[in-house]
Amino acid sequence: MTLLDASGIEVVYGPGCPQCVESTGDRAGTNQCHRCGSIVACADADIDVEAGEVLGVVGESGSGKSSLAEALALDRNSEATVDGEVRYAGYDGNLLDADYQTRHDLRTGEIALVHQHIRDGLELDVTGGGNVAEKLLAAGWRSYENVRERVRNLFEETEIPPARMDDPTGTYSGGMQRRVQIARALSTEPDLVVLDEPTTGLDVSVQARVLDTFRRVQREEGVAAIVVSHDLGVVRLLADRTLVMHHGRIVESGLTDRVMEDPHHEYTQTLINSVI
Amino acid sequence: MTEQTRERTAGQGTPVATDSVAAALADVEGDGLAGYNYAYLDEHTKREVRRATLKAVAVPGHQVPYASRPMPLARGWGTGGIQASLSLLGPTDTFKVIDQGADESVNAANIRRLAADTADVATTTDTTEADIIQSRHRIPEEVLTDEQRLVLQVPITDPLRTVDPSDAANRRRHAHGNYGKMWVHLYESVVEYGEIDIAARYPTMVAGRYLMDPSPIPRWDVPKLDDSKHLTILAAGREARIYAVPPHTSVEPLAFEDRMFTVERFPGQACHACGSTDTYLVAVSEDSESGGTDDAEGAFETRHVCNDASFCAKRRENPDLPKDHHLDPSGVDWGPATPEADETGGDWV
Amino acid sequence: MTVLSVEGLSKTFDMHVLGDTQVVGLDDVSFDVREGEFLAVVGESGSGKSSLLKCLYRTYDPTAGRVRYRGGDGEIDLASCGDRTVMNLRADAIGYAAQFLDEIPRVPAADVVARPLIEGGQPVARARERARELLSALRVPEELWDAYPATFSGGERQRVNLAQALAPKPGLLLLDEPTSALDPETRRAAIDLLDSYLGDSTTVVGVFHNSGVVEAVADRVVVLDDGQVRAVVPAAEYDGGGLG
Repeated sequence: MTLLDASGIEVVYGPGCPQCVESTGDRAGTNQCHRCGSIVACADADIDVEAGEVLGVVGESGSGKSSLAEALALDRNSEATVDGEVRYAGYDGNLLDADYQTRHDLRTGEIALVHQHIRDGLELDVTGGGNVAEKLLAAGWRSYENVRERVRNLFEETEIPPARMDDPTGTYSGGMQRRVQIARALSTEPDLVVLDEPTTGLDVSVQARVLDTFRRVQREEGVAAIVVSHDLGVVRLLADRTLVMHHGRIVESGLTDRVMEDPHHEYTQTLINSVI
Repeated sequence: MTEQTRERTAGQGTPVATDSVAAALADVEGDGLAGYNYAYLDEHTKREVRRATLKAVAVPGHQVPYASRPMPLARGWGTGGIQASLSLLGPTDTFKVIDQGADESVNAANIRRLAADTADVATTTDTTEADIIQSRHRIPEEVLTDEQRLVLQVPITDPLRTVDPSDAANRRRHAHGNYGKMWVHLYESVVEYGEIDIAARYPTMVAGRYLMDPSPIPRWDVPKLDDSKHLTILAAGREARIYAVPPHTSVEPLAFEDRMFTVERFPGQACHACGSTDTYLVAVSEDSESGGTDDAEGAFETRHVCNDASFCAKRRENPDLPKDHHLDPSGVDWGPATPEADETGGDWV
Repeated sequence: MTVLSVEGLSKTFDMHVLGDTQVVGLDDVSFDVREGEFLAVVGESGSGKSSLLKCLYRTYDPTAGRVRYRGGDGEIDLASCGDRTVMNLRADAIGYAAQFLDEIPRVPAADVVARPLIEGGQPVARARERARELLSALRVPEELWDAYPATFSGGERQRVNLAQALAPKPGLLLLDEPTSALDPETRRAAIDLLDSYLGDSTTVVGVFHNSGVVEAVADRVVVLDDGQVRAVVPAAEYDGGGLG
């Protein structure tokens, strides 16, 4: 079943002009419009995600992958102009045009975004349990004991010591904070989780465990995911299919092992060969 | 009242003689107030406040901004309530002012006198006789009717300020009906204290839409707002906001299904003065023998008395007087009765 | 019945980073595989053995040709079908074991083996039990089952890898030199396991470099040379030529 179907996604920072799209991209070798100076973070992007599938999005910093992820997660950015069409199973019409209530319902129910920066996603002076509980409460949970039990289960599932549940999130380690984000994202059993650079700010020793936890829970719950990362290792570990972005365009897509071992596009070959 | 204030408003009427402060003060009791517009506020201001009030009634629980005027007392002393009251009062109305349950506090007496002098209204301390009741921090014990209006003084208008100091962010939350942050606050309160630990200003959902700060009334009074017969207007002078609970509007204190909202309990206590066990009591310390002095610590004892002074006086005359004694129909549901409150409380303590 | 018909399969790599040079991996390769058959692919180093397996598994996109696969749902051309069809086949019909373990950091050996079973929907306890049986049959010391494979020897890692590939008993199993790092004794155990565990229901296409293994397990042998098929012979007639 197709969960998310997006076409012609275009994210522009700046005034924008009719030449923005044709003067940028992989062939033009830039993402900045020569006429009006706008940054075309992403254009002509078509993406679809099936239930339970993990889609990786790789590319270097500034390639437009985070902008694309935000647009797909219906995260509004007041500085950007977003165009195109995002459709989601069970919802009518283009969700980029949806009203607040529809987006809020989707974001507290079906789609969860795990922000790259922990501070964008968590309140550090609220307890770890409280950060997870907020999503449940916003989704209409009204039994304290049910909320407690669900939070405790999510802590166990994402391997955070439940004994730390009632400590302020600011006292947690980076890895634990990332787990709290993941627990929060998974709390309302979404169909789709968007992970933006899930390893940012984590020690290498912690990265693998966090990713493995996510992968295990993702498979067990059958939740689909879009994983955005500049780190090919992250995408190789998690994604079934992978998109490669360069200068705001999707330059290659395919099965993750195919993209990694038999890259067709020149940029992808360079990217693969650049891995230390 | 200072001379400066009088000079500024004097253009609208007869100037007060200002030979000396003593003479001016003497005039205040006499004809001097004739120099003011009816009900102190000018007509444009009253229209502005009435408009805001109408809008507040139309959108229950929503905070409506209005042009709050300087008043002859400091902001924070009930200036919002006074503006709302003075905009509503007419010459045939009877006005009652309560300050934390008492009619006789200096502030209540001054507000009552201002209204009597400038709006020519009758004043009363009897809840059942008042058309408009302005109150700080309490709702009377006696049941209010559909002929009465209650004006509550509000120091802080937004219940969400407790969880986020940003008014801009909170306005967005109200617009979207997104109260997740307040729920987390309640959740963390239960985590820390085992119950929702909010004494006053209890966050309350109005008509299932807007979260409202019911002003610093005790939890005891919050249920009185639910499906009430009277109109409640909440007005803040410093923050220049008016909001309202129209008659027969649902008012629901936020709470969990399994951590319910409860009112204050006074187990085993009765009013020391009138013997009531079904009223909101406050603890007072007084000297057990004489009138009470500050220095003899050991001689003090704690007693509970009714907070609603005027109803307490009636109960002293007639201990069995029901809270709805002035109403014809029986079965009026008004606030909690103490024995029931104890039962509710027993569920989860 | 023929499970797999490889017809004119070719693979050319365009190496943009090497100044747009072209490298030929496979050139017009054709052969059939029957159901339940164990087909060994042999050839010298660089002859295209791994490329062939990767084209069958679609880790490489074939440049030309067809790979007709007859599974439960009729015939599918593995060379041209969509990515999601490939994903579905990999999930329950086609398994692949690379020469080296591509392990997830900090996941214990038993979990590495159990994971495909759990992901295939088996109860966790049963999957773990099956994992331990396989590791035991492949003579992986019990004290290593809960350790991270990253610290293992080459042979140990290869056995974990093989156990992981065998665990779900796929209908078609592609093995790329799965015993290259094993000593003769453990290689023997691995061969026994291939026989006993898989039985007749699994079709195997395996790349091997050791004639002993080929003789022991293979039904037929495909000999590759420079990306082309030199010969397809019954194992009994295979003389050991073309091994790297």
